[in-house]
Amino acid sequence: MKSRHKRLVLVGGGLVAVIAAVALVLSAFRQNLVFFFTPTQVVAKEAPTGRSFRIGGLVETGSVQRDAGGVTVRFVVTDTAHEIPVVFSGPLPDLFREGKGVVADGKLDTEGVFRASQVLAKHDENYMPPEAQHAVDQAQKAAQTVKP
Amino acid sequence: MIPEFGQLALIVAFCLALLQGVLPLWGAARGDARLMAVARPAAHGQFVFTALAIGCLGYAFLAHDFSVIYVASNSNSALPWEYRMSAVWGSHEGSLLLWAFLLSLWTVAVTVFSRSLPQLLLSRALGVLGLVSAGFLSFLLFTSNPFLRLLPPAPDGRDLNPLLQDPGMIFHPPLLYMGYVGFSVAFAFALAALLGGRLDAAWARWSRPWTLAAWVFLTLGIALGSFWAYYELGWGGWWFWDPVENASFMPWLTGTALVHSLAVTEKRGGFKNWTLLLAITTFSLSLLGTFLVRSGVLTSVHAFATDPRRGLFILVLLALVVGGSLLVYSVRAPRMEAGGRFGLLSRESMLLANNVALAVVAGSVLLGTLYPLAMDVLGLGKLSVGAPYFDTVFLPLMAPVVFLMAVAPFVRWKGDGAGRVARQLVWAAILGAVAAAAILALVANAGWRSALGAFLAVWIVAAAIRHLAQRVRAGAPGAGLATRLRRLPLAYWGMWLAHLGVAVFIIGVTGTRSLESQSDVRLAPGETATLGEHAFRLAELRQVQGPNYSATRARVEVSREGKPVAVLEPEKRMYHVQRMPMTEADIDYGFMRHVYVALGEPVDDRSWILRLYVKPLVGWIWGGCLLMALGGLAGAADRRYRLRPAAAPRAASTGSAAPPASPAGAAARV
Repeated sequence: MKSRHKRLVLVGGGLVAVIAAVALVLSAFRQNLVFFFTPTQVVAKEAPTGRSFRIGGLVETGSVQRDAGGVTVRFVVTDTAHEIPVVFSGPLPDLFREGKGVVADGKLDTEGVFRASQVLAKHDENYMPPEAQHAVDQAQKAAQTVKP
Repeated sequence: MIPEFGQLALIVAFCLALLQGVLPLWGAARGDARLMAVARPAAHGQFVFTALAIGCLGYAFLAHDFSVIYVASNSNSALPWEYRMSAVWGSHEGSLLLWAFLLSLWTVAVTVFSRSLPQLLLSRALGVLGLVSAGFLSFLLFTSNPFLRLLPPAPDGRDLNPLLQDPGMIFHPPLLYMGYVGFSVAFAFALAALLGGRLDAAWARWSRPWTLAAWVFLTLGIALGSFWAYYELGWGGWWFWDPVENASFMPWLTGTALVHSLAVTEKRGGFKNWTLLLAITTFSLSLLGTFLVRSGVLTSVHAFATDPRRGLFILVLLALVVGGSLLVYSVRAPRMEAGGRFGLLSRESMLLANNVALAVVAGSVLLGTLYPLAMDVLGLGKLSVGAPYFDTVFLPLMAPVVFLMAVAPFVRWKGDGAGRVARQLVWAAILGAVAAAAILALVANAGWRSALGAFLAVWIVAAAIRHLAQRVRAGAPGAGLATRLRRLPLAYWGMWLAHLGVAVFIIGVTGTRSLESQSDVRLAPGETATLGEHAFRLAELRQVQGPNYSATRARVEVSREGKPVAVLEPEKRMYHVQRMPMTEADIDYGFMRHVYVALGEPVDDRSWILRLYVKPLVGWIWGGCLLMALGGLAGAADRRYRLRPAAAPRAASTGSAAPPASPAGAAARV
C-alpha cells in the first residue's frame, strides 16, 4: 500500500459511496413524484390508481359536509367542468372555504372518491393556488373549444 | 417629503456602490493605491445612505403615510407599532431593502475588523461586495421601489398579512437575511483570492470567522423560522420540506461544508479549490433562496408577493453572479497549488467525507426543490416532490456524516492508525448500542429510525465527553481542572458545543417522532378528551377583541393523572381588514415535553374541533440549534482570529499602508 494505492482506494471508495448515494436519491425521487391532475383528467381516468397524486380546483358551494363525529369532512372539488368527491380527516386549513381554490394530496379509492391525506389552501384571501387556477383555466379552455 | 428623501438616499447609495464596485477592482488590477483607497469611504457612505433609506421607510410606516403604495398595502392604522416596524420587511420591496442594508452593514464590518488585511485583498473583496450591492440596489430602484407614491393617498392601509403579525416576524427575517447576506463576505474573499491568485493559510484564517458568523445567523434564522411555523401554523410540525425552507437549508448545508473545508485550508493548506467553490456555491444558493422566496414561482406558504418580472431580474442577477464567479474560478483556480498529502484515515479524509456527503445532501435537496419548477417552466406537466422523498433521502445520507462527526476529532492530521482511533471509541459505541436496544425494548412503536437516533445521539455525546477529558488530561501539568478547562481554545469549545448541539437536535427529533401522541377531537364546553396520560377539559369558549382582530378563545384545562398541568388558551382569530382567519395555538412549554392545543373549526353552535398534541422532547430540536449557533459563535470569537500580525501589532490598524502578509500566516503555509 504505497501512497498511490492509498489514493486509489480513497478515490475509488469515495466514488462508490457517491454513486450509491446518487442511486438512492434518484430511486427515492422517482417513487415520490406527486403528479397533478385536474378533475377533468381524473374523470377521464388519466390519474393513477393506487398511487398518490394531487388534485386542485374550487370547493363546490354547498358541498361541505361533516360526519357525526365532526372530524371527517366530505366535499367536492370542481374545475367548473367535472367534480370529484373528496374525503378528509383532520382540521382543515384556515382559508378552506366553499367557492375558493383548494389543492389536495391523496389517493383515489375504488369508488372514485379521493381520499385526501393533506389539504392545502393558501394564506391569502385573493391568492389562488397555482394548481387550482390551472385546473379551472384548463376546463374553461376546453369548454370554449367544444362550444362552436 | 420623507419618502422622496429615502428614494434619493437609495440613488446615492447605488452610485456609491458602483464606485465601490468598479474603482478598487480596477485599482487592484493596475496596482493603483489611490483607486483602491476609494473602497473604504465608498462602503461607509453606502452604509449611511442605505441606512437612511430603510430609516425613511420605517418612518413612513410609523407615521401611517398611506400615500406610499408599499405602506398602504402592508400596514393599517390599527396595526400595533412593533408590527408596523417589522412590516418594513413584510413584503417584497422592503425585504430587498433590508437585504441591501444588511449587505452594507456586513461590508462596513469588513472594513472595520479587517484592517490588518493586505490592501490588495481587501480592496478586491470590497469591490466584489460593491458589485453585488450595486446589483441589488439597481434591482430595488428599477423594479421594486418601496417609495412609490399612491395618488390620491389611501384613507387606510390594507394591513399586514395576519400570518406575519407575530413576534417571529420581528426577528426571523433579519436573522435569516444576516445569514444569507453574510455569506457574501466569504464569497468576496474567495473571488479576491482568485483574482489575486494567492490563497494561503492566512487567507483561510481571515475567511473563517466571517463564514462562521454568517453560519451562526443562518442557523438561528432557520431555527427561529422553524419554531415560528411550529407554534403559528397550528399543524404542530417543525419542518415541512417546503420550498422556502429548503431554500434556506441548502446554503446552510454548503455553508456547514465550507466551515469544515476552511479548517483544512487553514491547518493544512489543502482543499483550496474546493473551499473556493463552496464559498461561491453557498452565496449562489443564498441568492437562489432570495429568488425562490421572492419570485413566487413556487406553491408555498411564503409566496405572498408574486411578480414574475422581478423573478426574471433576480434570475439575471443570479446568472451574472454564478456565471461570473465560476468564470473567474475556471480561469484562475488551476493556479492554486494543491495542498499537502494525507492518508486514508486522517482528519483530512474525515473532513473530505463530511464535505462530499453534505454536498450530495444539498444536491438532493436542490433536485427536489427545483425539479417541479423546471418541469413547469418547460411545460412538461405539473408535479410536486412529496415530503417523503426528503425524509427517505436525508436520513441515510446524513447518518454517516453524523457518525463520522464523533470520530473525526480523534483522528490526527495527515494520517492515523485505525486501531488507535477505534480503541478510544469502544465505550461510546457500546453506550450507543445500549441506548438503541433500550429504546427498542421500552418504547412500544419504536422502529429502526428511533434506534438509530438513540445510537447516534449517545455515540456523539459519549465521544465528545471522552475527547474533552483527553484534552483536559493533556493540559498544562500541575494546573487545576478549572484552569485546564479555561485554557482550551475557544475554537475547540466551538467545535465541541456545535457537535453536542447536533446530538441534542437528534434527541429532539427522535423523541418527538417516536413518543408523540396526537388527536383531533370534537369538544363542547364542559367536555373532556384524553390523550395518553393527559386529560383536556374544554372549560369555556368566549369572544375577545384584539387591536385589529376579534377572536374566539377557548380555555382548555390540561391535567395529568388528576393533577392540573396547565391552562391553555388557543384562539381562532378573524382579522378585520383582510377578513382572514388565523389559528393561534397555545403551548405549555416544558423541558421534557410540550403540550400543544390548537382550535380547528366550529362544528355547530356549541362544539369545536380541537387538535391536541403531547410532544415529548420537541423543545430539544431548537435547543440543539441554539447550541450549534453558540458553538459557531465561540469558534468565530477564537483568539487566533483576532491576533494582529506580531510584527505590526498596532501600526497596521491605521489602514493606509498595505501591511505585508502576516509572518504567522507565512509560517503556517505548507
